[in-house]
Amino acid sequence: MAAKHHRVGDQPWVRRILVGLALSITVILLVIPLVVIFYQALSAGWSTFTSNVLDEYTLHAIGLTLFVALLTVPLNLVFGTALAWSVTRFRFPGRKLLTTLIDIPFAVSPVVAGLLYLLLYGRNGWVGSWLGQYDIQLMFSWPGIVMVTVFVTSPFVARELIPLMQQQGSEEEEAGVVLGASGWRVFRKITLPNIKWALIYGVILTNARAMGEFGAVSVVSGNIRGQTNTLPLHVELLYQDYNIVGAFAAASLLAGIAILTLIAKAFVEWRQSRPEQPAPERGGV
Amino acid sequence: MSITIENISKRFGGFTALDNVSLDIPEGKLTALLGPSGSGKTTLLRIIAGLESSDAGRILFGGDDVSDLHVRDRNIGFVFQHYALFKHLTVAENIAFGLESLPRKQRPPKTEIRERVNKLLEMIQLPDLANRYPTQLSGGQKQRVALARAMATKPRILLLDEPFGALDAKVRKDLRRWLRALHDEFHFTSIFVTHDQEEALELSDQVVVMSHGQVEQVNEPAALYARPESRFVFDFLGHVNVLEGNLKNQKLTQGDAWVSLPSVQGDQEAQLYMRPHEVQLARSPSAHARLPLRIESVSLIGSEVRIELQPEGWHSNELWEIGMSHNEFARHAPARGDLWYAVPDIGHLFTNAQSQPRTVDWHYPATATAHP
Repeated sequence: MAAKHHRVGDQPWVRRILVGLALSITVILLVIPLVVIFYQALSAGWSTFTSNVLDEYTLHAIGLTLFVALLTVPLNLVFGTALAWSVTRFRFPGRKLLTTLIDIPFAVSPVVAGLLYLLLYGRNGWVGSWLGQYDIQLMFSWPGIVMVTVFVTSPFVARELIPLMQQQGSEEEEAGVVLGASGWRVFRKITLPNIKWALIYGVILTNARAMGEFGAVSVVSGNIRGQTNTLPLHVELLYQDYNIVGAFAAASLLAGIAILTLIAKAFVEWRQSRPEQPAPERGGV
Repeated sequence: MSITIENISKRFGGFTALDNVSLDIPEGKLTALLGPSGSGKTTLLRIIAGLESSDAGRILFGGDDVSDLHVRDRNIGFVFQHYALFKHLTVAENIAFGLESLPRKQRPPKTEIRERVNKLLEMIQLPDLANRYPTQLSGGQKQRVALARAMATKPRILLLDEPFGALDAKVRKDLRRWLRALHDEFHFTSIFVTHDQEEALELSDQVVVMSHGQVEQVNEPAALYARPESRFVFDFLGHVNVLEGNLKNQKLTQGDAWVSLPSVQGDQEAQLYMRPHEVQLARSPSAHARLPLRIESVSLIGSEVRIELQPEGWHSNELWEIGMSHNEFARHAPARGDLWYAVPDIGHLFTNAQSQPRTVDWHYPATATAHP
């Protein structure tokens, strides 16, 4: 009797086909390549893997990648928070436009972004030639890499914060100010705890993208081994050297970062959806 | 501390929220800002608090101009419509927030803060909930915590934005009584915003009726209800029965209905406003009025029987409403569909020439006069 009344789209064969399709696509396109990366990286044995990872140039690439992420993440944390704050808490002409402009780095191909930076800040570029007179070189060195990485990853924090801050409104902050709290105290005690998990989520995404960015960085870095080579660029370089195992060893590091990111992301999502923890009741009288 | 509002104006884009409002809020009194949505009452409250700036005019607290004083330094208590409790802080931490925000020199020591919080928790009758988080409280409890938080720094002015708007009827009545008792004990100068006329009349010492960014009338609740000065206040405060017609030869006529108005001169359009308690029902017209009405519905619940009637042979935008004691109801047994006649005791006549009404009393004509 009950079996006759299915919800819309809940026929068993529809369900089986859709679930089966989703699962096989996931396995073919996502899981198998990930497994292959680690399989290939370790195909010549553990000692080859470690020697590949501990290779001078690989270590340098790891160092540069971490360095770039270390500069990019705090910059975009501050930038994203300030941006989200201004478009959700203030009314000013151009506010809507600004909200749209935030998405430019998502809409533009990273290679195009890299080329634009090269055009502007390169030795023959408008700003670059002027800076060149003072012997400041941005492109083909680490400042250029940081610049394009900041550009590419700039929307993540703001995009996480804006909907949340819009939904929360500013009543709690107003209440804080009425009670005499300074602007800094309001931010630290009221705003920050309310946006904490969204902020961490944004940072995780920013960090993952900053470490993995290829297109924009490859245009402005110049690919100088041991100098301006980040980990993703290094993977390509090794691959072109026909050092397949080495390339996969370096790639496995990036894959490892991706897996850690996923775990952290899942944790933050779980934490975000959880209501405030009940405090233990005060015992005794 | 008294509050003086001088020529305050505020525009949001093309919308005029407040239009040259001036008002005196007496010290130690509970004042209601009453009006429909969009009348500017919340904007006025926020300007008094300093949460919004005015385009023109001044705000004075006890004679001192505070217009340029930051909200942080105005030392007011503010209770938000949706409580605005700090979600991630416990009830006790919420209440202590204002005290802990004081500059280091004025801040009481930790033990004293804890003591004061406990006292406030006693006052709001929630001493056991100190360690709860706001999400674990009911609406009424949240509202009490919001009040305690606003009062912790001992402000001399307490501002409340629709304080009972989000609560159900029973809790609302309890909290109203409790707030009134609290006010009578501490005597701060309080202003609360409401769109509920019953709440305003029951709770406050003084009611400010607002509409379209302007003050319509300021008065004590009883006087306000008895002597509305404009059509708007009449319509907004409780039900009113209206006869709209032509005034000619001291008689207001529309269709089959008429009311004689001795001592009223002129030949023009006019409206006669009558409160439900200012009209009686009879089986036949009286010497001074003929207002045929057919009974539409009878509501028995309450201290009085409420009867709704449809005009017969004339027109009214809204149904008429007339009260009758249960005794009288038992004697006459009016039923749905019966034809009855309304006999006014007192009426308030609006003509186009005057914005204020002229009160007519058919039993004691000598006492009925126009408003001063």
